[in-house]
Amino acid sequence: MNTYDIVIIGAGPAGLAAAIAAKEAGVDDVLVIERDSVPGGILNQCIHNGFGLHTFREELTGPEYAARFLSRAGELGVAIRLSTMVLSLSNERVLTVTSRERGVEQLRARAVILAMGCRERPRGALNIPGYRPAGIYSAGTAQRLVNLEGFLPGREVVILGSGDIGLIMARRMTLEGAHVRCVAELLPYSGGLKRNIVQCLHDYGIPLLLSHTVVDIHGRERLEGVTLAEVGADRKPVPGSEKYIPCDTLLLSVGLLPENELSEGAEVMLDRVTGGPAVNESLETNVPGIFACGNVLHVHDLVDYVSEEAARAGKAAARFVRGGTPKSTRVVKLTGRDGVRYTVPQTVRPAAMGESVVVRFRVANPYYGKYLSCYVDGKRISHRKKPIMAPGEMESFTLTREALGESAQEVVFCVEEE
Amino acid sequence: MELTCIRCPMGCAIHVELENGAVVSVTGNTCPRGAEYAKSEATAPVRTVTSTVRALGGVRPVVAVKTVPDVPKDKIFDVMDAVRALEVTAPVRIGDILCTNIAGTGSNLVAAADLDAE
Amino acid sequence: MQYDVLVVGAGVVGCATAMELGKYSLRAAVIEAGEDVCTGTSKANSAIVHAGFDARPGSLMARFNVEGSHAMPKLCERLQVPFRRCGALVLCFDEADRPGLEELLLRGVKNGVHGLRIVERGELHELEPNVSPEAVAALYAPTSGIVCPFELTCAMAENAARNGVEFFFDARVERIAREGELWTLETARGSFEAPVVVNAAGLHSAELNNMVSEKKLTVTPRKGEYMLLDKKVGHMLSRTVFQLPTKMGKGVLVTPTVHGNLLMGPTAVDVQDPEATNTTAAGLESVMQKARKSVPTLPGNRTITSFAGLRAHVEREEHDFIIGEAEGAPGFLNAVGIESPGLSAAPAIGAFLAESAAYLVSAPVNKKYDSTRPEVYRPNEMTVEERAAFVAEHPLYGSIICRCEQVTEGEIVDAIHRVPGARSLDGVKRRTRAGMGRCQAGFCSPRVLEILSRELGVPQEQLTKSGGASFPIVGKTRKDGENA
Repeated sequence: MNTYDIVIIGAGPAGLAAAIAAKEAGVDDVLVIERDSVPGGILNQCIHNGFGLHTFREELTGPEYAARFLSRAGELGVAIRLSTMVLSLSNERVLTVTSRERGVEQLRARAVILAMGCRERPRGALNIPGYRPAGIYSAGTAQRLVNLEGFLPGREVVILGSGDIGLIMARRMTLEGAHVRCVAELLPYSGGLKRNIVQCLHDYGIPLLLSHTVVDIHGRERLEGVTLAEVGADRKPVPGSEKYIPCDTLLLSVGLLPENELSEGAEVMLDRVTGGPAVNESLETNVPGIFACGNVLHVHDLVDYVSEEAARAGKAAARFVRGGTPKSTRVVKLTGRDGVRYTVPQTVRPAAMGESVVVRFRVANPYYGKYLSCYVDGKRISHRKKPIMAPGEMESFTLTREALGESAQEVVFCVEEE
Repeated sequence: MELTCIRCPMGCAIHVELENGAVVSVTGNTCPRGAEYAKSEATAPVRTVTSTVRALGGVRPVVAVKTVPDVPKDKIFDVMDAVRALEVTAPVRIGDILCTNIAGTGSNLVAAADLDAE
Repeated sequence: MQYDVLVVGAGVVGCATAMELGKYSLRAAVIEAGEDVCTGTSKANSAIVHAGFDARPGSLMARFNVEGSHAMPKLCERLQVPFRRCGALVLCFDEADRPGLEELLLRGVKNGVHGLRIVERGELHELEPNVSPEAVAALYAPTSGIVCPFELTCAMAENAARNGVEFFFDARVERIAREGELWTLETARGSFEAPVVVNAAGLHSAELNNMVSEKKLTVTPRKGEYMLLDKKVGHMLSRTVFQLPTKMGKGVLVTPTVHGNLLMGPTAVDVQDPEATNTTAAGLESVMQKARKSVPTLPGNRTITSFAGLRAHVEREEHDFIIGEAEGAPGFLNAVGIESPGLSAAPAIGAFLAESAAYLVSAPVNKKYDSTRPEVYRPNEMTVEERAAFVAEHPLYGSIICRCEQVTEGEIVDAIHRVPGARSLDGVKRRTRAGMGRCQAGFCSPRVLEILSRELGVPQEQLTKSGGASFPIVGKTRKDGENA
C-alpha cells in the first residue's frame, strides 16, 4: 500500500489552497485526489465575475480564480490525480480509490484533508408535490449544462430559492435568450448578496417574490407549469393565494449541503447545524490527522474565505505530519447562541492556537443595528454594533489567546439588542 | 432616480436627483460609499458581461469570456448578440483577446478560462 | 408481423409471461406503450414480496401470491435480482383489535404460508426497537420479502429476449380486430397478428378487454403515494412493518428496501386519470403521519424523493385478480386488476398465462431454453480485492458516474447495450440506480446524458428523461458551425 504524507480529497478551491499551503510549509509528499476530469471544482462552471476581491483585489471569474491557484500548485509540483473517486476513507486514514486509468487501489495517508465541497438540496428533500417531468434542475446542474456543455435546459424559467446560484442563473438564462418569469423565495428576505439581487434581477426586470414557494408541479413529460403560493409567517402556503405560472423549467436554489459521506465513514463527528465536521482551531476533526476545510466544513459565502481557511488546514496538516502539534489538554468550547447559529471552529486549544484564531459563523435572521457580542466564561469581552448582519453572509471574529487567559472554558457568541 | 445600493448587505434605497444628466443630490444613503455608488450608477452604469463563445476543436464546445473593461449597461444585449456570432478555435488561454471593440463598446472580449484542444 | 403469442404490456406481469413463454418453442413478442419496460404500476409500488396471509383463501390472489412468493428467491438468484427475505410484522395498536391479528394468522395458515406467529410486545420491540411502544402485539411473517421491482422486471425481460421473445416499445395498442383465427393489434408501430394475446396492460387492461369482449370491465386507478428516505436512516428497521387494518383505515407500511433505504406509504385514493402519477401535499403529509404511528422517530428531513403509483383496481364483490380467457374472445387471455399482491404473484401469473398460451398454440418446449440473463457486474458489492481485479480487466467499471450510489460508467454502458436496453435517463436509473441517491441526479444526469448520446449515437437534445417529449435539454446555447 502506498503511503503519502498528506492526501487531500478534492481539487476545488479548498483542496488547491490546502495543497499549496502544505507544500509551502515544507511537506513535499502531497497528493490531491479529484473526481472530475479537470481540477478547479465548482469554480469551472462559475463563469461570472466577483471572485477574489479579498485575495487578489480584483474581480475575477471562477475559472480565472481557480487558474491562479492551479498555477501556484503547478510551480510547487502538487500532484493531482484526476477522474479519481474516493470510495471510502477509514479512521486509520486508509483511502480506497477508483479510476478508469489506474483501477481500484488503497492508499495510506499520514494526514487527510477533507475538501469535497457540498451538493445542492434536491426537489425530493423539499417534498414539493406534483409530477416528476423533465425540466426540473438544481441551479448548479443547469449552470454546468449552460456554461461548460453549451446546452440550454429550457426557455421559460421559474427559479425557486434566491440563493446566489439561483440569482446568477436568472441572469445567465436571460442572457442566453430564456425568459425568467420570477424568482420565488420561501423566506421574507433573500439569502443572496445584495449585489446579485440588483445586477442579476433588477437589471433585467426579473421579479423577486418573497414569502412564496412552489406548491405543485405540472406536466407529465416536460414541465408545463408550477403553482406558486404565498406563505405565511409559519412558512406554510396561504390557502387561496395559489397562482399558476406556465414554464418549461424549474431551477432550484434551495440550499447547499456539505458532502460528508466519506467523513462519516471515517467516524468523523459532524456538527448538527453546519452539516460539516466539528473541528478545533487547527481545523482538525475528532479523528486525529483528519482535517477539513471549505464547503465540506461549512457552506461559505465567498471563495476568498474558503482559500484562507483551506490554507490554515494545509498548514495544520503539515505540522501534524511533522509531529509539531503541541500536546495540550485544555480545550475551550465555542458556541453560538441567541441569533448566532454556529461557530467554526467549534473548539480551541489555547496551546495550539498561536496568537489568535479567526472564528466564523452565520446569524439566524437579518439584524439591523444590533450588537454582536463575545463572552468568555460569562464575561463579555467584545460588544460591537453592526449596521447589518444577514444569514447569507458569514461573520467573523478574531479570538486572541490573550482573551482566553489561563483558565477559560467556554466562549459564547451572540446577537444582542443593546 | 431610485437605486438599491450594493456596496454592503444593507441595500439602502437611494434617491438620486439628476439635472441634465448631472447629479444634483443623493439621499437615502447611510454612508459615503453609498453616495459614491449612486453617483456613478446614476450617470454611467457599467457591467461586466460574462458568457461563453463557441469553440471549435476544444475539449468542451464553449469557452468562458468576459468584457474588459466593463461595458455600458444598456449595451449588454448588443454585446450578447456579438458574443453569439463569435467562434474561436481551441486552444484558448485566459487573457486571450477574442474580439476587440465588441459591439462598438470600445471594450474587448477576453477569454476567462483556458480551453485545451481536443 | 405475425406471431404465435403477443403480450401487451412490459410491466412485471407482461415480462414474467414473456420470460415463461421463452420456455416454449414459439414466436412471441411484447408490445409496450411506454418507452421501456417497467414504466407503469411496476415501477412505483411497495417493492414487497408478500408472504400471502392477506388474500382470501381460495382466491386467485391467494394462490398466485403464495406460489410467486415461493418462486421468488430462486428466480432472483438465477437472474441476479436483489431480493431479501427480511420478514414482516403486522402491528396491532389496540388489544380490542387482537382478533384481527388472529384472523390474519388463520387466513395465512389456510393459504399455506409458513412460519406465521403472533409476537407480544416484548419480543416485538426486541425484533424492532424503533417500532412504536404503543404497538401491543404483531403478526410475524418470516417469509415476507423485499425485492427491487425494476431489476426484477428488467431481468425477466432480458431472459425473455435471450430466449427469442421480441420487444416493441412506444407501441400503444389502438385497435384490436379478429380475422379468422387471428387477433390483429393495430399499434403506433404497425400491426401485429397472433392467435393468442395476453393482456397484461395494467391500468389499460380493461380498455383492451373491452375491445374484444362483451363482458365489460372497469379498472379504477387507485393512487398510492410514497416517500423514500436516505440510506443513513435505513438501519431504523430490519423488517417490513404493516399496520393491522382497522375501522380507521388500512394504514401504511414502512419497510427497508433491498438497497438500504426506508420506504413508506402508500395512500389509497381512487382517481380518474390512468396517468395521474402526481403526488399531493395532503397525500405526502398523510404518509408521514401514518408512518410515524408505526415508527415514531422517523425523521422528516431525510426524505430524498417522493412518488406516486397507480394500482389497477377492479371494484367487484369478490376482490380478486381477473385471470384467464376473456368472455367470448377465444385466445385472448386477460390479466386484469393486478394490484397488490401483483408484484409477488407476477412470476406465478406469468407461468400460468404462458402455459395456457403455449397449450392454445400447441407449442413444444424450447430445447435450447436458457434460464439466465447476461451477467450483471456490480463493483459496489465486491470486496476491494475482487473489485481491483475486476476493474483491471474492465476499466470502465473503475470510473464513477453517480457519486451517491457509486454507479460506474461500465454499469451504465452495459445497461444501455442490454436487450431490452436503456434509452433514457430513467431507463438508466432503473437498471443501474444512477440518479437514485440523495442528490437525485444533480451531479450525474449531465454525464449520463453524455454517455447515452455516445453509446446510442443520438444527439443529447433528442434524449429523454422517460420517453415521449420529456426532453431534459431544449437546445444548444451556440449554433453548430459548419465544421462541427
